[in-house]
Amino acid sequence: MVYAKLWFVLWAVLWTVYFALDGFDLGAAFSAWLVAPAGGERSRVFAAVGPFWDGNEVWLITAGAATFAAFPPVYASLFSWLYPALLLILFSLIARGAALEFRGKSQSRSWTAFWERTAAASSFLAALLFGVAFGNIFRGLAIGPAGYEGTFMGLLNPYSLAAGLLFCALFLYHGLLWTACKVPGDPARRAGALAGAAWYVLLALSVVFAAYSWASTGLSANFLARKYLLLLPLLFGAALFASKALLSRGLAGRAFQASFLAIAPFFLTGFAGIYPYLLPSRLDPDLGLSVYNSSSSPYTLGIMTWTVAIFLPVVIGYQLWAHRLFGRPLSWEELKKGGMY
Amino acid sequence: MVFWIKHVPGADMDTLTLSRLQFAVTAMFHFLFVPLTLGLGWLVAWFETRYAAGDEKYLAIAKFWGKLFLINFSLGVVTGITLEFQFGMNWAEYSKYVGDIFGAPLAIEATAAFFLESTFIGVWVFGWERLSRKAHAAAMWIVAFATNLSALWILLANGWMQHPVGYALRNGRAEMTSFTALVFNPYGWIEFGHTVLAAWTLAGFFVMGVSAWHLLRRGQDDLFQRSFSAGAAFALAASLLVAVLGDVSGGNAARNQPAKLAAMESVWQTRRDAPYALLTVPRLHGDGNYLEALEIPHGLSLLAFHSLHAEVKGLNDFPSQDRPPVLPVFIGFRTMVGLGTLFILLSALAVFLSRRGSLQDFPLFLRVLVFAMPLPYLAMLMGWLVTEMGRQPWAVYGLMRTADAVSRTVTPGQVWLSLGGFTLFYASLGVVDFWLLAKSARKGIEG
Repeated sequence: MVYAKLWFVLWAVLWTVYFALDGFDLGAAFSAWLVAPAGGERSRVFAAVGPFWDGNEVWLITAGAATFAAFPPVYASLFSWLYPALLLILFSLIARGAALEFRGKSQSRSWTAFWERTAAASSFLAALLFGVAFGNIFRGLAIGPAGYEGTFMGLLNPYSLAAGLLFCALFLYHGLLWTACKVPGDPARRAGALAGAAWYVLLALSVVFAAYSWASTGLSANFLARKYLLLLPLLFGAALFASKALLSRGLAGRAFQASFLAIAPFFLTGFAGIYPYLLPSRLDPDLGLSVYNSSSSPYTLGIMTWTVAIFLPVVIGYQLWAHRLFGRPLSWEELKKGGMY
Repeated sequence: MVFWIKHVPGADMDTLTLSRLQFAVTAMFHFLFVPLTLGLGWLVAWFETRYAAGDEKYLAIAKFWGKLFLINFSLGVVTGITLEFQFGMNWAEYSKYVGDIFGAPLAIEATAAFFLESTFIGVWVFGWERLSRKAHAAAMWIVAFATNLSALWILLANGWMQHPVGYALRNGRAEMTSFTALVFNPYGWIEFGHTVLAAWTLAGFFVMGVSAWHLLRRGQDDLFQRSFSAGAAFALAASLLVAVLGDVSGGNAARNQPAKLAAMESVWQTRRDAPYALLTVPRLHGDGNYLEALEIPHGLSLLAFHSLHAEVKGLNDFPSQDRPPVLPVFIGFRTMVGLGTLFILLSALAVFLSRRGSLQDFPLFLRVLVFAMPLPYLAMLMGWLVTEMGRQPWAVYGLMRTADAVSRTVTPGQVWLSLGGFTLFYASLGVVDFWLLAKSARKGIEG
């Protein structure tokens, strides 16, 4: 059982890291038109996420594969029950990846604009859908004795839509800060100003969502039973305010790091709330899929633990190295000379 | 309206049939991009290394092929997610039953290989001015290594479906009991060798074909002759080895999946000293052959078991519900083998002529190579058709039938929708990608 519990934590951490990383490239992509109305500037916004979006998205692949390997019934049930929703997420991710890669492969202006629009729309859709999906998980799915009893439209309930909006606000703020420190000049100035405004929206939505969760979900029970867990939402709040303070002082880079540190406890708060369930049931708690009834064998979880213990530190090492390599913003001349983007 | 829908051909297909069709469509589309990635990465890394070693001409060559690599790479990545998702979406019963052992190689692929590939491709594309020449070339070596490592883990997962090992049936599912058995499953390694070498052959033919197109038009002869000779050598070495591994694969199927081997050759009678019928015409409904002629005595026993007298099992020995569909597997196998032989001949001739420096004296041959570019793709798709259809009716050979693997809660309507969506969406992405590839390939080498 120790392994299963450990893997609940690792599962939560993998999803959290995914959102903290891909969050900025999703947000930067869907806010690109806001901060860079002119085509040339916009290209640089997209170039700023260019080296990273692919590596960021592998955290999603890993989180998905880890769900499959460590909690097979969760993977199977979630994906088959919510078939149309998963299909939409999949389409938006494919459109986004194709658009980000295609946009620079032809010199025509309308070509680039078309793919940038596609990248922005699909990034927004992906952020929204992830929010709706996790909103439904936090709220509990309609899992009855015969499996899922809900409908596709039932997934679009007010609470989950609120989660969707909150995800969008979170990634918008995060992405704007990324642009603010990676695309010097007008885009950075506009992104900084917009981030300042987006922060208030984010704060308001966070408060509303917290109250909504308190009132209409079972998320609060774990926090009341184990008070130390309250540190997570507190950390979220503290990092959020620190980020705003840093941004006001013109320290966009530090503000970005703080928003990274805010996203982590935000997601961990949600996962701490549903423990020990990965897929809680809204109809009858006993029917939820939990670490007790849905995990892989201890042998498999042991192998998986070794895998992540060996490889993840290496992955984090070279991804940090890549962030240092591209720490200084990419210049226009540099991109032209490289000739690949 | 309802009446009309009922009379559209195929409208009565169930979730199982539709899900199989969807997996075939999405996997085959994905596999239009993967093999070029697996092979071309090595060649780009090689070209750039020559540049890093001081031969300036190779910078333009590396960039030209690198650009084609990237256009091809992006769709390979995004269409791969679909395959991972589909295990959960369409094959939920499969995922529940074997996830304990099947999930691990997928998770390891992501952590050990996919991260490496995706991070360093970004470094390579954007890092031209930020790394030394050697370090930049190293980034492409890492990408090439990581893509091939990815293939290893995916094929170990597929190898387990072909030949399940290292598990025990407990708690109503297949649980992993030996990770080393999974990792050293010979079936997976043979598939890996065969697939990867075929992919390298494909990349070699791609480089030869594009180079031949330019050599026919002249203008950048030196650069494309260099590209051509590297591609030709790569294709010859790989196509020879792929044949060796093909022989091993056949023997492996004969020992572990006799029904697959029997379908590949459309053999119905079990017999010792089995002959090889050069001319075999199977019946359309998979219940025997119209014709078996031009028999080579002992041929099949020799091919399958490397022994004159070995017994080869025929399809009559399997109850009809345990037989794979014979006709497509048979045609797929013969097509693949025929094409593989052709690749050896063509690449041997290409190496010979490019060494003599007389390629451009044979424009017809160059033209043949341009038109040969799609053939390795066809051969690879046929190979997968043999592997996957030949395993039917099993999802996991001998352990779980495909019919038991499909999701129970997913309706045919949902799969119709997704299948239609994938087909339209993929077709348009495919057209755009092909157009981009053709455009960049025609443009030629800059600088």
